[in-house]
Amino acid sequence: MNENADPADIFRQESAELLELLEQALLDLERSPDDHDLIDTAFRALHTIKGSGAMFGFEQVAAFTHEFESAFDRIRKGEAAPDPELIAIALNAKDFIRSQIERPEETDAVIGVCILADLRKLFADAQARAPIETPPAGAAEPPGKPAAKLTTWRLTFRFNKDVLVNGSNPLLLLDELRGLGDCRVTVHCDRVPPLAEMEPDACYLEWEAVLAMAHPRSAIDDVFMFVADDMELKVEAVEAAASAVAAPQADAPIAEATVAAKETAAPLPQTAAPPAPAHPDHAGGTPETAAKRAGGAETSTIRVPAERLDEMMDRVGELVIAQARLTQLASAGGGTKGVAEEIERLTSALRDAMMGIRMVPIGSLFGRFRRLVHDLSRDLGKEMDLTTAGEETELDKTMIERLADPLVHIIRNAADHGLEDAETRIAAGKPAAGRISLVARHAGAEVLISVSEDGRGLDAKRIRAKAEENGLIAPDAVLSDAELHQLIFQPGFSTAKEVSALSGRGVGLDVVKRTIEGMRGSIDLATDPGKGTEITLRLPLTLAIIEGLLVRVADARYAIPLTAVEECVELSEADSTRSKGRSFLNIRGDLVPFLRLRELFDEPGEPDSHQKVVIVAAADTRVGLVVDQIIGSHQTVIKSLSKLHADVPSFSGATILGDGAVALILDVPHLIALGQARETRMQSSTPEFA
Amino acid sequence: MVKITLTAAGYQVIEAGDGRDGLAQAKSNAVAMIVTDLNMPNMNGLEFIREVRKLPPYRGVPIVFLTTESDDGMKQQAKAAGATGWITKPFRQEQLLAAAKKFLG
Repeated sequence: MNENADPADIFRQESAELLELLEQALLDLERSPDDHDLIDTAFRALHTIKGSGAMFGFEQVAAFTHEFESAFDRIRKGEAAPDPELIAIALNAKDFIRSQIERPEETDAVIGVCILADLRKLFADAQARAPIETPPAGAAEPPGKPAAKLTTWRLTFRFNKDVLVNGSNPLLLLDELRGLGDCRVTVHCDRVPPLAEMEPDACYLEWEAVLAMAHPRSAIDDVFMFVADDMELKVEAVEAAASAVAAPQADAPIAEATVAAKETAAPLPQTAAPPAPAHPDHAGGTPETAAKRAGGAETSTIRVPAERLDEMMDRVGELVIAQARLTQLASAGGGTKGVAEEIERLTSALRDAMMGIRMVPIGSLFGRFRRLVHDLSRDLGKEMDLTTAGEETELDKTMIERLADPLVHIIRNAADHGLEDAETRIAAGKPAAGRISLVARHAGAEVLISVSEDGRGLDAKRIRAKAEENGLIAPDAVLSDAELHQLIFQPGFSTAKEVSALSGRGVGLDVVKRTIEGMRGSIDLATDPGKGTEITLRLPLTLAIIEGLLVRVADARYAIPLTAVEECVELSEADSTRSKGRSFLNIRGDLVPFLRLRELFDEPGEPDSHQKVVIVAAADTRVGLVVDQIIGSHQTVIKSLSKLHADVPSFSGATILGDGAVALILDVPHLIALGQARETRMQSSTPEFA
Repeated sequence: MVKITLTAAGYQVIEAGDGRDGLAQAKSNAVAMIVTDLNMPNMNGLEFIREVRKLPPYRGVPIVFLTTESDDGMKQQAKAAGATGWITKPFRQEQLLAAAKKFLG
């Protein structure tokens, strides 16, 4: 890792975590608005982001965050309640802060201005609804201000179009407003027409100003006295504490908003604020970071618990000692077996430690989905709750990142297609609020992530009708329900009657499936009509290294992921002959189909006399793979196959053996499917394979 | 008095005797702000304002007129003619300067 890490990157990393924390707190707060710990958490997160933002040169972030911090400070003091409206604004604000930090050049400052306007409006409304008779005293005022009582006013104004022609200069008026006290002005350009329709000397702009001043209200009227008849002016009192306009950079985002929004022909300079000095301190640093990000080769960082690093350091220390011993022995010409074993032990311990470092709890990913479900619920107008379990389940960091999109898709599908609307649910005797649950757990060396909902379940008939319509299956095809259900993972399949914005574009589940398979994982689907659907993703713990079982078929060696191996048995002469017609093996009373890899791979020559069967399993299905020899377990560093070979079935990758030879890694799910298919065919028809 | 006050404050002032003269002065000089009475011989204030406003260089130039407290109807007419602001007679020097500052920055 880079020792001279850009401090701005550290800030980005840190704030990403804080924003995550903030979002969780906000979502929780929606349910339990009285929880002071949550309010404190949100406040502290905002406070830290503001503080470090200013420290690392993210002034705009700091200025923006400042207002939200003030808002939460008020909530903390019990002066305002965290109602859903506020939380919705705060969530938007969180998104905005995030994009300001991560993609400052793509972030439209106008968004921030609008969010702040919403926030102020909310507080102003709250004020109007329940007038708090006395604005809180001195404590809330910025330090260093004269003790005079400041009142904050919120002004919205717009002039007649001909105001400029008549000799008034809004800029001077704004200057006058600024002269009255702390004033923050926002310009709205919504009414500016397209260039072709624009009259060059007309004034189309609207302004919004928040002014904290000690003067009476009439001072505002004085400013506009000559134009009062030719303008729309709205002046409202805002509670003093909400002013928060004293932010040092308060003007910068606004000025930028103006510049950004008004590249189109400008009738006149829009505000008196000088063009924002486009934060020269970033200008040097950010573009390359941005380019890096845009380039896809995102340099990400990962937080590692110190004890894991210590453990790794210990192992490396031991390895160095073993290396020294090996050198000594080699020069003395003595036996090296003991040292070889030692090094083997250390290497695997080192590998485990290294993998441990790459592991992160999946909880961070789950956190994002709470927000997703919250938004989905609003957009779809369906009530729904998300419950999560197993957040502590650890998974390789790269996998967590790759899982995000597929899970988003599955959850959207669940919310959009799976869950019924409230009336239907109540009619079916279910609670009005749909339940989506997201569970992660370890199962052996796999991680299972399941998304389930208690919705309507998959409708095999509808799927069939749709599949026939789309030409995915022949009208007379005989398919089991399970097979029909699998069709939803086919490209171009969608049963949504109408395409909604959220799901149902017919791209999606097939992409999900591909992505998961690309991670050497698989998707299981269970559905119960009327009760819901559960989609389970099975994933290996890590993508990089697996424990493999090395086997030999003819002269070639193959690796089978050990996680899939259930047991190894000998293929007795009797079994072999008896099963000539039907490739079945009796494993303690269960009939297990098997595949002869020699046949499958078209290896010429006679098989070894004592053939072995490796029983592999995925989900509940078992298949035997007949091999010539079982060599033993092998630490398999997975190398992906070249593009040329990517479509070759039966193999999921390759690895390099100790002697430099290449061994292909068997694609167990594919082989199992193949074995199953044969079994089905044999059951339904005469044996095809003799 | 207008001239004295503004000159003392550092503005350069061009005087005109009546409306017609004012219009001529406006045409031959580039003026940043116009102060006019509404009651003038040879073209009254309203007409003067209207005429000046028609001159392309004077679109957007502040025109301040002098009026009396009671004369609200006149104020409206003057504004409709294109005036920017007014000063109520009798006025103190500061008021005139404040107006100049307001319109000229």
